[in-house]
Amino acid sequence: MATKPRTLYEKIWDAHTVSRRDDGTCLIYIDRHLIHEVTTPQAFEGLRLAGRPVRRPDLTLAVPDHNVPTEGRGDPIEDPASAKQVALLKENCTAFGIEHIEMTSRDQGIVHIIGPEQGFTLPGLTIVCGDSHTATHGAFGSLAFGIGTSEVEHVLATQTLLLKPSRTMAVTVEGELGFGVSAKDITLAIIGKTGAGGGTGHVIEYRGSAIRALSMEGRMTLCNMAIEGGARAGLVAPDETTFTYVKGRDRAPKGEEFDRAVAYWRTLPTDEGAAFDREVFLDAADIAPQVSWGTSPEDVLPITGSVPDPSSFAEESKRAAAAKSLDYMGLTPGTPLSEIPVENVFIGSCTNARIEDLRAAAAVAKGRRAPQGVRVMVVPGSGRVKAEAESEGLDRIFTDAGFEWRDPGCSACLAMNPDKVPPGERCASTSNRNFVGRQGPGARTHLMSPAMAAAAAVTGRITDVRELMR
Amino acid sequence: MTPFDTLTGIAVPFGQENVDTDIIIPAKYLKSVTRTGLGMGAFDSIRQDPDNIFDTQRNAGAPILIAGDNFGCGSSREHAPWALADMGFRCVIAPSFADIFSGNAFKNGMLLVELPQEQVDRLMEVAKTDEITIDLENQVVTTPFQDRFEFDIDPFRKHCLMNGLDEIGLTEQLAGDIDAFEQRRSADMPFLDPVT
Ligand code: SF4
Repeated sequence: MATKPRTLYEKIWDAHTVSRRDDGTCLIYIDRHLIHEVTTPQAFEGLRLAGRPVRRPDLTLAVPDHNVPTEGRGDPIEDPASAKQVALLKENCTAFGIEHIEMTSRDQGIVHIIGPEQGFTLPGLTIVCGDSHTATHGAFGSLAFGIGTSEVEHVLATQTLLLKPSRTMAVTVEGELGFGVSAKDITLAIIGKTGAGGGTGHVIEYRGSAIRALSMEGRMTLCNMAIEGGARAGLVAPDETTFTYVKGRDRAPKGEEFDRAVAYWRTLPTDEGAAFDREVFLDAADIAPQVSWGTSPEDVLPITGSVPDPSSFAEESKRAAAAKSLDYMGLTPGTPLSEIPVENVFIGSCTNARIEDLRAAAAVAKGRRAPQGVRVMVVPGSGRVKAEAESEGLDRIFTDAGFEWRDPGCSACLAMNPDKVPPGERCASTSNRNFVGRQGPGARTHLMSPAMAAAAAVTGRITDVRELMR
Repeated sequence: MTPFDTLTGIAVPFGQENVDTDIIIPAKYLKSVTRTGLGMGAFDSIRQDPDNIFDTQRNAGAPILIAGDNFGCGSSREHAPWALADMGFRCVIAPSFADIFSGNAFKNGMLLVELPQEQVDRLMEVAKTDEITIDLENQVVTTPFQDRFEFDIDPFRKHCLMNGLDEIGLTEQLAGDIDAFEQRRSADMPFLDPVT
């Protein structure tokens, strides 16, 4: 008798269930644990107080990224609190036998960029990190999600988590993307459609021909922002694109082991006839380059749109939120998005700081120059991305355009390090959150793709990249 | 964690509604690297006033806090229960609590008691002069004046609190299952173990 058709999510869940309690809570085994300096100090403190060791140091990998400065990499960190967190991560890793990538190593980078590029991230795994954008790793067909500090401690001590299964949601994007439209635009368009809370309680599986056509970089951008749509995690089923990307990476299986792994990974995609709790459909051809205008990632519009009038929203709560957002953003209803000037551009973050993102930005920047008064920061996602970009000459294109070429880290994505957007100033940003104060107190963020951010950089205003590249 | 059984002590009649985690512990304390020591930053804005309710001779270090509706809303920072615990609180009584805060408090061995507004108001009154008793086993809050307010609690949370079990401690009881799972996996799918 055939077994009940299952989704990718259900297959991974079943394969990782250690035990199940009567109330449906499951003890789930965790295959990979990424840690960074901000959300771990208290977890290690807890282990020490209880006299507990780390159960599987070999499944744990540490890297400092949130606090690290993006210039003067060899120098001591100036901010004492940041310096302390970074030093403590190393100390804790030494004490508990965990591999730690030094801030000065070529392998250092944003935790969600280094995992995939080193082959630490593989299909079919459970992957956690004390950071909500862990969803990024779902691009490989892994169940990957962010956890709190108590849960970090729980994973360090037991290599498991107590979890209740999530509901499933299929987001299907069919068709071909238009010229100048990227994975970032897909993910923003989805959040615009489903809302910032639309995925709450769900794990999303992205499906359809437009998703299949994306590179691994694009899939990572897509899954990265699943959390911004309220979902716990996002998934893309593993396929040839995935296997080709994984093959030969340092920490990935080799030779015959790799072939066995691929054979297993091929069993993971959602079965024909498996049911999702919710389904959403988008037509790829309808998606234009997206820009956010407010202070929630759901506040997005096509670049051809204008700043909305708060009174145009149906619900009272939305009207109030939009009015508050526009006040914070310093925007007037009716202003075409393409007429909004920017003083800052940030090309970076775990959403868009992989090599493809930098190539897309460089293609726009090439032979152009940022106008006076526009500060542009390009922050590669890792030391490896940086080296690769330099070998392709992308750094020269950026510096010739008047952009700053910096060292890897989270940087202005959350401004825990010195890279901040000044109060009241506007930033075209490739990051994932346009929350109030996210890029610095009073900073006004407009989310967009790397190509769109580069277009804003060379014109000094939010610009439809398709016009520049025609 | 210290088991929670019966607690009798001074309760701070705070009572404010919609206290968010930013009020409990402002963002500037998030670069801290310990769970302890956050008490000094707790309720920072309120405690700027030297006559605030938390720092009176009677209330400083009290084990019980009485708050208003929707206590602990806002960000998911676990620093909020850490800060409360560091001030000495082991139990918070309020008409309702925000969801994430509630989970975080429980994970840190803190008992949250939900009671209807009138009962909370009555306890606020009593707390000004007298001690309050929380009996977790019998799920009841009492005062020296015959008040007797029963409360609900998730049986699993109650079990953990009463036995001083943190989630890690509980999971450790399943170590045998985890060992077996790991062995099975390494045998069936060695390719999933990381290459070093
Ligand atoms: S780049 Fe931004 S979103 Fe990504 S891990 Fe760093 S701070 Fe978080």
